[in-house]
Amino acid sequence: MDALNPQLGNGTYRIEADQVCVDYNGTVALFDASLRLKGGCICGLVGMNGAGKSTFFKALMGFVRPSRGNIRINGLEVHKAQRDQAVAYVPQNEGIDCSFPVRVWDVVMMGRYGSMNLLRIPRESDRKAVWHALERVELIEYRKRPIGELSGGQRKRAFLARAIAQRASVLLLDEPFSGVDVRTEKLMSELFIQFKNEGRTILISTHDLSHVRDFCDLVVLINKTVLAYGETSKIFTTENLTMTFGGMPPDLLSGQTPPEEFST
Amino acid sequence: MIHIFTSITPASWLIEPLSHDFMRRALMVSALVGAVCGLLSCFMTLKGWALMGDAVSHAVMPGVVVAYALGLPFSIGAFVFGVGSVALIGFIKQKSRVKEDTVIGLVFTGFFALGLVLVSKIKSNIDLMHILFGSPLGTSLSDIHQTITISAIVVITLLIFRRDLMLYCFDPTHARSIGINTGLLHYLLLSMLSLAAVAGLQTVGIILVVSMLITPGATAYLLTDRFDRMNILAVTSSAISSIVGVYISYWSDIETGGSIVLVQTLIFLLAFLFAPRYGILKLQNSINP
Ligand SMILES: Nc1ncnc2c1ncn2[C@@H]1O[C@H](COP(=O)(O)OP(=O)(O)OP(=O)(O)O)[C@@H](O)[C@H]1O
Ligand SMILES: [Mg+2]
Repeated sequence: MDALNPQLGNGTYRIEADQVCVDYNGTVALFDASLRLKGGCICGLVGMNGAGKSTFFKALMGFVRPSRGNIRINGLEVHKAQRDQAVAYVPQNEGIDCSFPVRVWDVVMMGRYGSMNLLRIPRESDRKAVWHALERVELIEYRKRPIGELSGGQRKRAFLARAIAQRASVLLLDEPFSGVDVRTEKLMSELFIQFKNEGRTILISTHDLSHVRDFCDLVVLINKTVLAYGETSKIFTTENLTMTFGGMPPDLLSGQTPPEEFST
Repeated sequence: MIHIFTSITPASWLIEPLSHDFMRRALMVSALVGAVCGLLSCFMTLKGWALMGDAVSHAVMPGVVVAYALGLPFSIGAFVFGVGSVALIGFIKQKSRVKEDTVIGLVFTGFFALGLVLVSKIKSNIDLMHILFGSPLGTSLSDIHQTITISAIVVITLLIFRRDLMLYCFDPTHARSIGINTGLLHYLLLSMLSLAAVAGLQTVGIILVVSMLITPGATAYLLTDRFDRMNILAVTSSAISSIVGVYISYWSDIETGGSIVLVQTLIFLLAFLFAPRYGILKLQNSINP
């Protein structure tokens, strides 16, 4: 089965989270979060710092064990979907050792490991996928650089390229836009729209509300739990955002909170 | 006169020892163990497991003693106690608020002390000095067979899982997200560490084996930015220093383990000073305008 186009039966969702609860040593970080996403959509995940966005991603990846609830990806249990190379995840902070002796090319090649044989010997198709992914994030001329010699934004692009090279049908991107320049932002959003048209599902957390406006079909507003969820045009209202951000209505277009709110 | 000169040429320095059976054995075992530990040391240094290497190599001590007492191959005892110590470290760390490096230090000294007590209590023909300081010049045939078997297991396992282990050291989160069983890799690497510690015990002994498990990796790390090259450099430098160490030990009648480790340390210092990019003297300086 092609990881890019897995046959989804009728009524099977790409991402299905059902009343997921997560707590860290008794402190509740996520409560009753439910979400259903079909193939071919971009969904924005919006909430304040500490609202549980990253926790939600980790729960979807099976990195934190939900105390309650059920998660399925492409109708499968998470670890099975992962073995099918169905999910690509780019965390908020990669938390990697930047002096590790690997080149950008090697890092992106790691996205292909799951599709290779046990010895992880790249085939021609793997090299093509890596080349293609590097081209898409405009890092092709940096491919021979050690990963530690990239700037923060370039490194983010390298890890995005790894997720692209994986050719997953579900992309979970935790704040992919933080610390990247305007040009890359545009490049990335065009890329995401292209992925959507190919039938993939993308979940993106972001603090820039204009992104949600520009290219997210759906939006999830969270603060410890899913406050509202649905089509952007219906859900993304000042009223809902005020609720999400604890009484401070952010300016929808710039994504900034009006200054006078701070003085009150 | 010509006679005197020929007797000290480099060629004879190299060839003369080979006429002895014990030296041929010692050189072979040391080079093999050096190569195996050299390969593993890449993962140890990149994963930041130097202290863990020290712990496991000390913790195998009681295992060796018990195995000798029961008449089992000492590698089995060492392996059980090596992995056992790691499991105990993990357990104590999880269940208490004591910091990890404290737990590691605590567990391995405890195991090591147990080993010392057992040696003194179990009357057997175990030579404590042999375990503590190694004795490649006095290796028996059965020891050689065990060492070759262990080395083969470690090398084959590391070569098969080389990429996965590299990914596990670099980015365990990604490894998990593409469906790789990282828990398995963790214990695999620890098992290889225990086995390599047993092999290293043959040449440099328990006390110095940690050097075999970190120095070649650290040296190679200073010399390259590529993982594949790092592997090759670590294996080569480690095997060469083992061979040179044995020769020096033969000619100047010094302790073999110490001599091997000193050569290794010397190579590290050379890399530290003169490595092209990361040496402090940076011979090929990039400041040129
Ligand atoms: N490892 C952890 N241990 C304990 N508590 C944690 C841990 N990680 C997160 N938390 C807590 O869980 C809550 C949710 O954190 P999370 O990282 O999911 O927030 P977020 O929405 O991603 O925030 P941000 O916008 O700052 O990235 C926070 O209150 C945080 O303090
Ligand atoms: Mg976050």
